Formats: sequence, structure tokens, C-alpha cells
Amino acid sequence: MSTRVFGSGIRRREDPRLITGAATYTDDYTLPDMVHMVLLRSPHAHARIKRIDTTRAKAAPGVVAVFIGTDVEGALNPMPCAWLVPNSNLKVAGYPCIAKDMVRYVGDIVAAVVAESPYQATDALDLIVVDYEPLPAVIDPEKAKQSGAPQVHSNVENNVAFHWTVTGGDVDGTFQKADVVIKERIVQQRLIPNAMEPRSALAHWSGASGELTLWNTTQNPHIARFLCSVVTGVPEDKLRVIATEVGGGFGSKIPAYPADFITVFCAKKLNRPVKWTESRRENFQGTTHGRDHIQDVELAATKDGKVLGIKATSYSGMGAYLSTAAPGIPTILHGLMLSGPYDIAAIREDVYGIYTNGTPVEAYRGAGRPEATFILERLMDMLAAKLGMDPIDLRKKNFIPKFENGHTVATGLSYDSGNYAGALQKLVDHVAYKDLRRQQAEDRKKGRYLGIGISTYVEICGLGPSQVAGAVGFQGGLWESAIVRFHPTGKVNVFIGANPHGQGEETTFAQIVAEEIGVDVNDVKVIHGDTQTTPMGWGTYGSRTTAVGGAALVMATRKVKEKAKVIAAHLLEAAVEDMDYKDGKFFVKGSPDKAKTIQDIALMANVAWNMPAGVEAGLEASSFYDPPNFTYPFGAHLAVVELDPETGQIDVRRYVAVDDCGPQINPVIVEGQVHGGVVQGIGQALWEGAVYDENGQLLTGSMLDYALPRADRLPDMEVLSTVTPSPHHPIGVKGIGEAGTIASTAAVYNAVIDALSPFGVQTIRMPVTPERAFNAIQEAKAGRR
Amino acid sequence: MKFPISVTLNGRPYRREVEPRQLLVHLIRDLGGVTGTKIGCDTSQCGACTVLLDGVAIKSCTALAVQADGTSITTIEGLAGDGQLHPLQEAFWNKHGLQCGYCTPGMILAAHELLRTNPQPSDDQIRHGLEGNMCRCTGYQNIIRAVREAAAAMRRKG
Repeated sequence: MSTRVFGSGIRRREDPRLITGAATYTDDYTLPDMVHMVLLRSPHAHARIKRIDTTRAKAAPGVVAVFIGTDVEGALNPMPCAWLVPNSNLKVAGYPCIAKDMVRYVGDIVAAVVAESPYQATDALDLIVVDYEPLPAVIDPEKAKQSGAPQVHSNVENNVAFHWTVTGGDVDGTFQKADVVIKERIVQQRLIPNAMEPRSALAHWSGASGELTLWNTTQNPHIARFLCSVVTGVPEDKLRVIATEVGGGFGSKIPAYPADFITVFCAKKLNRPVKWTESRRENFQGTTHGRDHIQDVELAATKDGKVLGIKATSYSGMGAYLSTAAPGIPTILHGLMLSGPYDIAAIREDVYGIYTNGTPVEAYRGAGRPEATFILERLMDMLAAKLGMDPIDLRKKNFIPKFENGHTVATGLSYDSGNYAGALQKLVDHVAYKDLRRQQAEDRKKGRYLGIGISTYVEICGLGPSQVAGAVGFQGGLWESAIVRFHPTGKVNVFIGANPHGQGEETTFAQIVAEEIGVDVNDVKVIHGDTQTTPMGWGTYGSRTTAVGGAALVMATRKVKEKAKVIAAHLLEAAVEDMDYKDGKFFVKGSPDKAKTIQDIALMANVAWNMPAGVEAGLEASSFYDPPNFTYPFGAHLAVVELDPETGQIDVRRYVAVDDCGPQINPVIVEGQVHGGVVQGIGQALWEGAVYDENGQLLTGSMLDYALPRADRLPDMEVLSTVTPSPHHPIGVKGIGEAGTIASTAAVYNAVIDALSPFGVQTIRMPVTPERAFNAIQEAKAGRR
Repeated sequence: MKFPISVTLNGRPYRREVEPRQLLVHLIRDLGGVTGTKIGCDTSQCGACTVLLDGVAIKSCTALAVQADGTSITTIEGLAGDGQLHPLQEAFWNKHGLQCGYCTPGMILAAHELLRTNPQPSDDQIRHGLEGNMCRCTGYQNIIRAVREAAAAMRRKG
């Protein structure tokens, strides 16, 4: 090979099918004799179902069947929760696929209609009569915990689904002796992920063989198969989940959903293929949300700015039911990360997971870690303001010093490697920070209000060692597997258990194989997303596909290489230990001119005419990689915003990201991940937020009402990086899928406060809409803040 | 009640009987397995369903099939000619202007409209020209780069 493909920004091989319309997502499939399912969802946040009459719907044109809760009872098991966080008094409330007696959120499923066309099915929905007795509802997780609040589940007292605590160090003693204590209330508003592809399921049941094929919009087809088997009773060996093309997920396509299993139920019952695709309105109501935490946080420090302790209490809204991974997010993925990049001796967090009458909450890009970063970065800026220190200097003073192989923080985690000051310094140098501050001061004199915000972070990703997964209650493993298969012509198929859905691993994983064994990157095709053809995997989330699945692929490729070396030695009549390798060629040391290429060896291994004694035919290997630790990417971001004090309008004028995800397989793809992540985080700071009314109605129930980031509201981002390899990963990579989101909300928020501070505004709720900013300025002027 | 319509889709003629309420996007996706046109919302916000109707971009979830009677429709499948990618497709590929790809067909056709009416847009004009199309993956930056590159390539081609 002439140029090294690892580390180069080659174009993605995913793209030709995507830019020509040839890609087939779940809803693009049509099967012979297929019928369409639509769902009747509750218009009430909390109500008793007194009566359902489906007579007219069943008689409507084209209608094949109508099913309600009593029809699926016994046929569909309750929805399982798969992250049973230990030592938290967890109460998993009953979660039926179709509500029978009670509905608990707007969007809870009440009935399913199957008809020959989606239009006919939708028409029939209006003919179902449901007699509801509305009950009081509660959306705010803190209020839901108070006595006298509406009870979402009669057997869960005060709606407390769990109470989890993390403690490290002497927290009480630390706060008693501290010179300075900073307190803040942080509201991490509810967000709605809005992957552009709505969720969809297409179930094909073969009654004769008892086999089920489910096309499904999922980030983790093997978990989908596992949970589908648990809920529907179809044995795993006869259940095939296909999710080869998925249009974004951001966490919302991790969990199992009742709708998918109702589709399976209908297909089995009717013995016809059944397709369900949600509308965007349904997506807003029925697909999981993210965040929704109310937090009281405190920081203890010395008067010269050394941070001593953090404590926090979080009321974390779970929605009406515990979604698949929900309990792990505000606890394991959040509380354990409260040291961030800082050396903090004492940390405590109390997390109350609370049932509310909202849509179930799940992972949303970053999942727990953006919230942890926000707490630290907000408190850091508040401390800097209180002590009159520059936020950069304060952070530098508190960073964990550079380390290359392990550092244990107060919450018990052992970070792999980090150079936090290095990333921040690169940022400071790039933006000429002092000049930027000088410019800001000059602009302010002219009545222009710029705000500068910093955020530094460490994230836990590459989830994770399976033993740890088990210890923290995750009801699955967290390893990944890969198969590398050489064909006679030297072309390679790679089969992976993870399921990229936009992140580009069809390309980067081919780059890994090319790097490891010297084949042309274009000779490697990566296959994923079909449980019938791919080995077991636990899915694409938590920035783990490259960190864990990529490691599995490296190990599998190295096994192939070892076997190839043995075959080459045989063909060259040499001892294995005398063999050398370079760029896809195996040769006797010192004789590179007489080499066997990997393609020569692939052909021989496949025809097996002349194999070494005791060596099996074929050239392929598989690896099951269970990481020894998590990976801990980090970085430093800076945002510059401009505030118009007359209108409250805030615009992001500049955004700079420095991220360290270890060695980059494809820097163009890394940059793309940062772009997308940063913008989702900006969205949380400035525009996005689910709003419910006092009855539990979702007011932001469409793209008209929920403000997603648009092209015309964003600046060009400047993306930089540093490279600190993970010491425990075979090629040192850490993961980059969530970094942007983890850092950017806090950076933008800090910039907003910096811009508002001349008006006396110290705190403001997210999203910081013009209305909120304007009102905050007016209230501060009137002395009410 | 159904109405007869005839449309040309990517150069091929079709005759169908359609309900007056049927959305154009549903007609397109049902005609002959051409499913590159996507449905991302139900309020005409996201733009995933953008197609060219007699050469002009529209959101096909906002038109009825009967309104398309007698027209020529171009979807993403019809954009490339003679086995050659359209410069916009090539540029989206070159500039990593897509991730999950779901918004991409609509985004490319909206960009097509932008360049039809303004062959040399500034970055700011590109951003405004695409504000009716949503992408949740890319943060738009590489889409802007792609449209800029495509505009230059198309000007060179004349």
C-alpha cells in the first residue's frame, strides 16, 4: 500500500446509496399481502379507561382487525426494564404493551387498528369510542415526589421509582470547612430527540416454520431480538431482526417499544405481514424523551479557588414507565461523572428517579454526561465570578494533571488517560483568549454584548466491561464481536454486532482492516444490522461502536494475520518465526522480493490444496472483545454569543471545539460527529424543550412547536483536536459520538450568562429563548432578581 | 371516489386512480418502489419529502396527488443522469454532507432549487435557502460546504 488509509478522511462508502435514494429504511419495505397498523394513543395524561367500543371501527372499510388491551393480555408480556440499578430500592411498575385500565401519559397506546391501507386504518381510529375518566396528572418530577401529588402507579409511593446515591470522600466535613460554598438550582429540561427517520416496524410471520422477521428502526438489533423474544414469546433462534438502514437515533432507538411488539402480535394473529410507521406527532408523544432533571447543586472551595467538594440532589423524571435503559442514565452515567476533569476530593449525589405523567425518558445523546458536565462547568463559572478569577485560570488550577495510564477519582471510576490542560491550552491559543476578552470589553463600551463561555469535560464511553455492566444492574453484556472473512479472491467481508446508523463505521471499520492486514480499503465490505448474518452485539450507543466493536475487529483481523503467517511460512517453506510482514505481504526475513500476498494466502486457504499440517481450511476469524475499562475522551470548548438586550435575541457568533478521542481513524468523520453533537447541545441551551401544560398535555408536540436547530441559526464551527491514546485499547481509540453534545450546552450557557451579567442576570432557565432573556433583563433592572 | 391522474416520474409515465385526499408523497412512494423520497414530519417543517415538480422544488407532503396531474416529477432517484452523479450528489459525498442519510434526498433537492434561483450563493444565502430542511445529524456545516462546492462545479460546467 502506498498511502496509509488509517487516519485519512476518505469518502464514506455508505454514501452512494444514500445520495441516490437507493437505501432502504424500514418504512421503505413493502411485502406481498402486507397490511398497515395504526395506533390509538391516549389524549389524556392520566385517566381511567371505563369502556372501549370498537364495533364501528371493526366494520369500517378496509379494516382487518382492531385490538385492545384485553386482546394482547397473555400474548404480550409486560415491557421489561433492562437496567435494574442495584441498591436503589428500584420499583419497576407494570408496563403493558396496550393500556387496559389506565392510561398514564399522552401517547399511551390504547388500541391498534389494522387495515388494507394506512388511510383506511387512520379513518377507523376515529370510530373507536373510549370512555375515559380523567385524573389529575403530574409532570414536574420534584412536585411528583411531594406528598399529595397524583400517583402515577398506585403501588409506587410518592412516585419514587428509585433512590440512588454515590459518595466519595468526606463530603460533610469538606463543606463545613470550606471558605466558599456556591449553590445553584439547575433545570435540565426535557428534550425530544427527533431522529429524522420516524420509528417503524414491519413484522413478517411464517406460521409454518414459526419464524418471525422484524424490520425495525433500532440502534441495537440483537437487544431488540432479545427483548422481542421476552415480550412476544417467539424463540430467539426463530427471530430475525433487520435494521440495516436506520435514520438516526440519538438514544431514542435504543429501547424496546410496545408498538413494535404489537406489530408482531398482529402479524402472528392475522398471518399477514404488518407494517407500522409512526407519524411525527406520534414520535413526539410516544418515542422516548431525554434529560428532565431538576438539580440542587453545591460546590465547596477554598478562597484561592481550589475546589474541594461537590454535592447534588437530582429529581430525575422517568416519565410514566421505566424505559429499557432509563434508570442507568441519571445514576451510573451521571453521578459517577461528577468529578469531570477536576481533582475533587469529596463528591456526593442523591438521585431520585420519579414517575411522572410524561412520555418515558431514555438516553439522549450524551445521556447523563452532559448533565454532569453542566453541573461542574456552571459551578466553575460561578466560583470564578465569586472569586474574581478568570474561568480559564480557575479550571487550570483544578485539573487532574496529565496522566497516561490510570487515574482514580472520588466517585470510584478509573480514567484511562487524559491531558485536560493540554486541550484547554490548545483552545486558549487558537482563539487568542486574552485578545478575545479585550475585544469583548471594547465592544461592551460600544453597547455590543458578547458573551464568552468555556466548557471542559471528560466523558465515560466505550461502554464497557461486562462485569461492570452486571455489577451496576445492566441486564446484558457490553462486549462486541466481529468476524473477518476472506473470500478466495482476497476480498473481505466484515460482520459486526454493533449497528451504526449514520456514524460511518462501514467506512472506518474498513480502514481498520486495511491498516491491520494491508488489503485495499475498497476490498472490505462491512455488514451490520441483521441478526441472521451478524454475530451477537450489544449495539451502537454510548460512543461505544468504534471503542468496543472496533477493538473486536482489530483482534479478529490480527487472528487472521497470525493464521496467514503460518500458511505463508508453509508456502515459502520457512519456519513461522522467520517470517516477516509488511503492507499485506508475508516473506522470509530479509527476502521481501519472494513474498506471499494476503490475497495469495486467502486463495490457498479457501481452496486448501496445500495447507500446513493441522491447519484448518478457510481464512476467517472472529473475536469477542470485552473491554478491560471504559474509555474517557475529553476536551475543551468555547462559545461566543451575542445578546441583543432590546429583544433578548441570542446568536451564537463563534464556536470552537478541541476534542481528544485518541487516534482518529477518519478525521472527516470525527469532525462530522463533533458538528452534529455540538449543534444538538446548542439546541438544548437556546431553543429546545418539551413543554407540558398543567394537565399533562404536550404543547410542543410538533416540529412547528418544538424548535429544532436550523441551518440559518448556526455559525461555522472550528473543530480542533489533541491525541491522547487510551492505554487499554488495542489501537488507542476512545469514541467521539457524544462529545459535542456533552460540552456544548454548558459552553453556550456560560456564554449566555457572561453576556447577561452586565444586566445583573446570574441565572436563567434553558432554553434561553429571547422571551426569557428579555424578561430576565427587565426583572433585573426592576431589582427583582 | 377516485380521480384519474397521469404523472411522469423520473421520465416514466404513470396513470393512476387516486383519492382526492391522497398526499403526493404517498403517491410517489407507492408508484413503483421508488422510496428515496422520505417522510419526516406531518407539518411541512422538515423538508425530507422535497421533490421537483416541473423542475421546481416542493414539499410533496404539502401537495395532493391530484394536484400533480399532468406534471413531471423528479425525485432523488431521477437526479443523476447517464450513470453520473449530479454535482450536488457528488459534493454531498465529497464533503461528508450526510450521516444517517434520511434528510439527504430532500436536502439535495432543496439545494437544487437554491442553485437554480441563485447559482452563486454566499454561505449565508445557503443557510437561509436551506432553513426549511432539517437535519439532526450533521449540524449543517458540511451541507453548507457541499452546496458551495456543488455551486462552483455547476458554474464550471455551465
